[in-house]
Amino acid sequence: MRRYFRTPFSRVPLLGWLAGILIAVALERLAGAPLALALGLTKVPVLFGFVIMLKKPALIPSAVLYVLLIYAAPTAVVTRLSISPANRLAAWLVRLPMAIPVAVHLGLLYAALHIWAEISDYRVLVLKLTLIAVMVTLSLNVINGYMGEFSCSHPGFMAIGAYFASVFTVGLFVNDQFFGAVFLPQALGPFLFPIALILGGFLASFGALAVAIPSFRTRGDYLAIISLAFLFIVKSLIENLEFVRGPRGLSGQPDWATLPTVFLWTVLCVWSINNFVRSTVGKALNAVRDNEMAAGAMTVDTRRTKIVAFLFAAFWAGVAGGLFAHVLRYVNPSTFGIQKLAEVLAMVYFGGLNSVYGSIVGAVSISLLGEALRPLEIFKWIIIPLLLILVMIYRPTGLIAFKDLDVTALLQPKRKPEEEA
Amino acid sequence: MVIFLQNLVNALQWGSFYALIALGYSMVYSILMLFNFAHGDIFMVGSYIGFGVSMGLIALASSGLVAMPNWLILVLTILFSMFLTSFVGMIVERVGYRPLRDAPRASAAITGLMIGIILETGNLALLGARRVSFPSLIETTTYDVSGVFVTNKKIMIVVVSLLLAFALHQFVRRTRWGMAMRAMAFDFAVVPLMGVPVNTMAALTFAIGSALAAAAGILFGVAYPVLDPYMGILFGWKAFVAAILGGRGSVMGATLAGFLLGFTEIFVAMIFPSTLRDLIAYSIILLILTVRPHGFFGEPYSARLRL
Repeated sequence: MRRYFRTPFSRVPLLGWLAGILIAVALERLAGAPLALALGLTKVPVLFGFVIMLKKPALIPSAVLYVLLIYAAPTAVVTRLSISPANRLAAWLVRLPMAIPVAVHLGLLYAALHIWAEISDYRVLVLKLTLIAVMVTLSLNVINGYMGEFSCSHPGFMAIGAYFASVFTVGLFVNDQFFGAVFLPQALGPFLFPIALILGGFLASFGALAVAIPSFRTRGDYLAIISLAFLFIVKSLIENLEFVRGPRGLSGQPDWATLPTVFLWTVLCVWSINNFVRSTVGKALNAVRDNEMAAGAMTVDTRRTKIVAFLFAAFWAGVAGGLFAHVLRYVNPSTFGIQKLAEVLAMVYFGGLNSVYGSIVGAVSISLLGEALRPLEIFKWIIIPLLLILVMIYRPTGLIAFKDLDVTALLQPKRKPEEEA
Repeated sequence: MVIFLQNLVNALQWGSFYALIALGYSMVYSILMLFNFAHGDIFMVGSYIGFGVSMGLIALASSGLVAMPNWLILVLTILFSMFLTSFVGMIVERVGYRPLRDAPRASAAITGLMIGIILETGNLALLGARRVSFPSLIETTTYDVSGVFVTNKKIMIVVVSLLLAFALHQFVRRTRWGMAMRAMAFDFAVVPLMGVPVNTMAALTFAIGSALAAAAGILFGVAYPVLDPYMGILFGWKAFVAAILGGRGSVMGATLAGFLLGFTEIFVAMIFPSTLRDLIAYSIILLILTVRPHGFFGEPYSARLRL
């Protein structure tokens, strides 16, 4: 197994993988529909054929063949062939200032995602929601993983951000239900949209003070309750605000959360959170988690550390909430309840605590799994929890826990073993 | 005054459910330092088991094989369901908690949450999305005590839950098993060296907590005879709040906090519009926890997270 699957690809740099994936999705764009018809599928399998396989077991061979022909084979061939040029290109890129290779990689990734998603609106929606899930999971990991508290208030922060951004955009650009007449033109909207998101994030941070300040005096289970009470309070507050139409929800958000916007915000979020947890404050967070008293003795300002972590995590949760509202173009207080909490917690603990990689893996796998198993209807909610229980039993801290995301190492070309020696 | 007394009666009934469920949380917490987040759903399962048992007993009684008055059916339903649900609790402990006893506490919380989801979905898959209505086993008799209306059901609910809480208190204080439980709460590491079978005791704790939740489920079915698979979620989380509010592992504290939560919710709804109930009730709890971060009866010890 190792000989055939690991060894041939051990020298492929990230650049090579991205190029391979790009070629594969481009191929699907060009030849996907005819190939699907030729294989007896009615249309291009939307999510790697999972839905088709579960709905019509007779089509499993064709769906598998489709995935092999369109995704697996081209990726494998291209990456294998491009080892040497990709390595040379990567070696040249890493000598340039850091921003350039990062931008190239992200550009390739975005191109691949864009081409992949273009085929259907459903893929676009799934992709956007997955990216938002990555943001929320990462920001929860800052508190639950890096700081080691069990915070239940994240849906509350999301709700604050979602409602604030919605009120901002709907009130200023769409109709007069909040601030009288619309006084800004729609065309200005996409430029002011980031401001709405950022202000929503700040408001969520402000709300997080309600959880952060009690955290000075208490930890663990009592803090979990405080954050849970916060979640109930936010939800109930929104339900009682006639201003935002209470439990009926708020709709009519303009369609500004396009795929590039969501992608950019996600990149920004991953970048800033990754830097945050690798900074002195991030290390201080780990110290506070492991032993608060010892951290204090080592001149860590525990209060400042805690409050910064809470505000920072809440900010990103708020931004994610704002994006979420504009992706679905409808928000409702009951979206941000216990169910959402269970979902986000599942993503964090499935992926792995104290790890940016883990959060990305957890968020992507749980959201894609949720979509892929959709044909099973309610049995989906037996399979996903069972999977999570197994992960918890065999890897209690999650799949990829305690692992740093080192971007420089990621972009390096993979040298031949003898060159390293 | 009459309105106040009337609401007091309602609050006593409402608080009984919270108190009974909170007791289960509190028991498990004191011994294993873990929260059983599936507990709210065990309450739901208990309620459905009660529904099944009572339907069976009614069928048995109406077939004429055994003559049973309705009150006997109710008593038997409560006892049988408590017995059966305790096995659900033990299975949850064996599957979700025992393998994770040395793992970070948060991981066990996640397995608990997931088992809860499985119980809800399993119920939905087995019985379908329709709601079932709990059979009415006793006739409602309303007593008018100088303007305050008290039904026999309310009296029964409050009396039964107080009796159960009292019995649990006595069990924990007076029996050998109770002593073992208190010892485990005191120091989990040393107790096995003293010959206490830790696994048996943990299973027993889950069994007792689940039996109490089943009793709460049946009493809830008697008072509000519509059951649905998601009824445990909100009750579970609110009772969890009550258990924390009571303080670690205190039977008295959990009971008291359960009733207190019931009172707060009912009286907030009496004074303010009822949609503000959660908002104000939880703000009050937030305030209480800010002033007394370890609950009413909990001693301020540092909960060291095993992360």
